[in-house]
Amino acid sequence: MSESNKIFNRTELTKRLVGQLKHEEAVVAGIGNTNFDLFAAGHRPQNFYMLGSMGIAIPIALGVAIAQPERGVIALEGDGSLLMGLGCLTTVATVRPRNLTIIVMDNGLYQITGKQTTATGGGTDIVAVARGCGIAASHWVHDDTHFDELIARRFDDGGPVLLAVKIDDKPGAAQTPRDPALIRNRFMKGLGIGSGGVLDA
Amino acid sequence: MPWSETFLDVFKKNDVRFISYVPDNVLTPLIKGVTSDNYFISVNATREDEAMGMVAGAWMGGLKGAVMMQTSGFAVTPNTLASLIVPYQIPAILVISERGTMGEFNIGQVAVARIMRPTLDTLSVENHTLDDESKLPFILDASIKQAVKTQAPVAFILSPLLTGGNPVAHAKLSS
Repeated sequence: MSESNKIFNRTELTKRLVGQLKHEEAVVAGIGNTNFDLFAAGHRPQNFYMLGSMGIAIPIALGVAIAQPERGVIALEGDGSLLMGLGCLTTVATVRPRNLTIIVMDNGLYQITGKQTTATGGGTDIVAVARGCGIAASHWVHDDTHFDELIARRFDDGGPVLLAVKIDDKPGAAQTPRDPALIRNRFMKGLGIGSGGVLDA
Repeated sequence: MPWSETFLDVFKKNDVRFISYVPDNVLTPLIKGVTSDNYFISVNATREDEAMGMVAGAWMGGLKGAVMMQTSGFAVTPNTLASLIVPYQIPAILVISERGTMGEFNIGQVAVARIMRPTLDTLSVENHTLDDESKLPFILDASIKQAVKTQAPVAFILSPLLTGGNPVAHAKLSS
């Protein structure tokens, strides 16, 4: 990892990401701060917020990407969550969905449980891990401009993209409503699936 | 019709196209059937909870799916069942080959086999033990339809009475 990478703030970076989504991209956000900040950035119909199942955000996003190959799909995950199930990166590399982008928010901490150090706070390099798993287009994000560039050309590599971002130790900026059936229903409606719309009049 | 072909047939009749699985000896004919048929989109997952996450995402994206695993693999999944599949009302179809009973040699599978049904019952996940080929088409078709209509998962436990059990175990037990 380059030492010159900017230390981002998760809340600000998530807002920056959401501001660049112009094609009803699906965004699947992992438990805790990752989905709190997605919610804080302003709810979109194509957002999916997790309430548990730590480490499963990327598999959920992969399932969406397989089901809807013409839609851009973004998985937002923290370093602690990703470390719980690194194997999913090998599955992503095998399936090679061109429409899937993984963004890993890496503060080297289990921030929400009391700032205990994760392996990435020691010596584990998420981008090196992802490349080793077979996701060739894996990058550390240097600064805002670099992030914008990488997001804008994320389909150019023809396969999945992983962007790892060093972030600070701040908590998420909001709390997502904890209503899983409603979250699922609205997400499906946002993806053009399901029959709940008739009750929304 | 062999049990694995009945599964493939009922999956097709119900538009169940996405299959995520962790390999298992007993499931081999079903896995071969799925991976060799272009109707299905199949993904080999590294863990069973990962496979469940994929099936949840695929369902929300409009693609019905099943997770295939063995008993020990099921024991990896309760957190994902309890915090994703059940509360978000995802009609995931779970196909579990029952290991650790009726002639296994591996004690590591035996205790795990005993936690499976109590775990499914505690989570109120509808589960059917399949031990009779003649009843298979009805149970599978009706239960998959019910799962989709009621937005709830369903588990099919494949008894050795149906599958013949683990071929490797037979050889070990008779030697």
